[in-house]
Amino acid sequence: MELLSGADMIARFLQDEGVEYIYGYPGGSALHIYDALFRQDKVKHILVRHEQAAAHMADGYARASGKPGVVLVTSGPGATNTITGIATAYMDSIPMVVLCGQVMSHLIGEDAFQETDMIGVSRPIVKHSFSIKHPSEIPEVLKKAFYIATTGRPGPVVVDIPKDMTAPTERYEYLYPKKVKLRSYNPVTRGHSGQIKKAVDMLMKAKRPILFGGGGLILGGASAEFTQLAKTLNIPVTTSLMGIGAFPQTDEQSLGWLGMHGSFEANQAMHHSDLVVCVGARFDDRATNNTAKFCPTAKIVHVDVDPSTIGKTIRVDVPIVGPADSVLREMNELVAQSKQRPDTEALAVWWKQINDWKASRQGRLYEAAQGEQALKPQQVVEAVWEATSGEAYVVTDVGQHQMFAAQYYKFDKPNRWITSGGLGTMGFGFPAAMGIKLNYPEDEVVLITGEGSFQMLLQELSTCKQYDIPVKIINLNNQSLGMVRQWQDLNYKSRHAQSYMESLPDFQKLVEAYGHEAMRVDRLDELKPALEKAFAMKDKLVFLDVYVDPFEHVYPMQIPQGSMRDMLLSKTERT
Amino acid sequence: MRHIISILMENEPGALSRVVGLFSQRNFNIETLNVAPTEDPTLSRLTVTTIGDDRVIEQITKQLNKLIDVVKLVDLTEGQHIERELMMIKVKAVGAQRAEIKRTTDIFRGQIVDVTPSVFTVQLTGSSDKLNGFIQALGNNTILEVVRTGVSGIARGEKVLSL
Ligand SMILES: Cc1ncc(C[n+]2csc(CCOP(=O)(O)OP(=O)(O)O)c2C)c(N)n1
Ligand SMILES: [Mg+2]
Repeated sequence: MELLSGADMIARFLQDEGVEYIYGYPGGSALHIYDALFRQDKVKHILVRHEQAAAHMADGYARASGKPGVVLVTSGPGATNTITGIATAYMDSIPMVVLCGQVMSHLIGEDAFQETDMIGVSRPIVKHSFSIKHPSEIPEVLKKAFYIATTGRPGPVVVDIPKDMTAPTERYEYLYPKKVKLRSYNPVTRGHSGQIKKAVDMLMKAKRPILFGGGGLILGGASAEFTQLAKTLNIPVTTSLMGIGAFPQTDEQSLGWLGMHGSFEANQAMHHSDLVVCVGARFDDRATNNTAKFCPTAKIVHVDVDPSTIGKTIRVDVPIVGPADSVLREMNELVAQSKQRPDTEALAVWWKQINDWKASRQGRLYEAAQGEQALKPQQVVEAVWEATSGEAYVVTDVGQHQMFAAQYYKFDKPNRWITSGGLGTMGFGFPAAMGIKLNYPEDEVVLITGEGSFQMLLQELSTCKQYDIPVKIINLNNQSLGMVRQWQDLNYKSRHAQSYMESLPDFQKLVEAYGHEAMRVDRLDELKPALEKAFAMKDKLVFLDVYVDPFEHVYPMQIPQGSMRDMLLSKTERT
Repeated sequence: MRHIISILMENEPGALSRVVGLFSQRNFNIETLNVAPTEDPTLSRLTVTTIGDDRVIEQITKQLNKLIDVVKLVDLTEGQHIERELMMIKVKAVGAQRAEIKRTTDIFRGQIVDVTPSVFTVQLTGSSDKLNGFIQALGNNTILEVVRTGVSGIARGEKVLSL
């Protein structure tokens, strides 16, 4: 066996684990590790300009690939700067391993220079965390960290590494642990057959069924099984914001996504259904509206790998604890074997109703300014969808632009819609897009952002220059914190407290100063040519500063405390 | 309703703070809590009493089970069980009070474990109700200090909480 220092073990372990990129920022407590990384060339380190961005980069990569993102930072401020990134990953169950330096063991507790209790600070926002107590345990602890981060319901894991654990002078035996076992952690591998059978029975008998898919389908790689079930039974499909792409949105059976800003037909269909089969969604408050009024006539089947999700916010009739893919596979098998067929007559009536809902909203999603050149944000997203043939990875920040992107870009594949749904982190988008582009250089990666969000981590333009990361950035510039302003319009008589963006920078000059391409778009007739030009510059980061209608609102918008079907449809209409 | 949840967890640094943190993080309530290693030094046994309706208790047990350090748990109140709490209580004891306190202690099957000319220290075990009853029975006597361990519990019969 080989003798390696703790720092070399970390570098070696990452190689053996097949990690290609890690994202981070150096500092005192992490320097032994940085030196070990310097002396090898398999694991590539990306130097960000702020540790939060490192976490979001790793996160973006994880969302697109399904593999864990890896972050390396120093103790104290380096570690605390990752907190928002870790919390973002935690809320959306994203696999991530965060390696943090720590002051030397004998200094812990003495308020040493750059000491922070990172285990304590991060405790509520990690799936688990480890502190290294002896260098020899590094390989096993790291393996456990990766195992926990990626299995069951995935999530971020923090590993706190005191500097003396990585000292170059102390060497220990290194062996890559191919497997680890934890007696207290055994994620379920399949659902309860009886319950699955019951769910299939209910699907066959239902008169107004709806399939509701969540982010769990994407994380669990179960989109194909989900789509198969929907197609075989001809059942309408909706998803949560996080489930977008789990079922092809251009398919006739897709009702789009549901919830606060979800589609009219999806929210109506949920409300009127008699059976909701939910796979991998967690019924959060932005999806259900008032839980007391949620789906009053529906029985609810809930499939989730995490039992604590089931029954947390709404009552469930048939709970199924298991991984989405295996449960859906069993469901598909049962459907194939069953002599029962769905009630086609009832389904036809149901579909007629749904298609009426769909038709009633056609073309009234937003009022395109007639004959005017002023741009609507929705139009811009539609144009991006066309320009990228619906094939791009679309990453967003948080705000109105995020909702417009979700509403007007149609996703036919999983893992392509990348957004911070649970935490709603402004600033997430740009680094997440970078993480994806770096790993998928051949694919188009588009960031749809707002001038507010982009300014949260725009220094990463420098990182993009250093590593040639040619993401395309569409800045839906409404010169305001649009989503905040919308709420102020609706709830505070348009008192716009702190929701203006005064003194906006000249984004074009700013981006050019970092060595990238930028264009400004003000008019409808400039939009398409600008997009074409931007996407033609394959190996350049291009920033389009698109000035859009600052007064636009996102609709539909569910009415607070109402049921699923209670929606504002425009500034003047409601259901 | 009051529930007694008994948890076997890894005897690791930080494990306790994860359990306690979970309760505050998710707005669950803790009435009592105690923890100590078991016969297997790698395992700790933690007992927590909490109050909540069925839905809350279900969430508490599910969320606890999700913690990586939690190996196993049981809601003892779901079945027949024995629960005990230990209390030590210092009371002012002078003159006629001394005999009266001694009598009350005997009735509750407690023991006076330390004596000074003016103070008795009484030790008492039993259910939390019984301990509360004793405090009430002391009536007008001056209580100087109370220390209670919080509830420990174990299932009746053959049922065990072990690996
Ligand atoms: C880090 C962070 N701070 C505050 C918020 C609250 N917030 C939600 S949307 C929004 C406005 C976003 O503005 P912008 O990025 O310009 O997007 P727009 O809504 O204008 O499209 C704010 C402040 C948040 N989500 N994240
Ligand atoms: Mg804005």
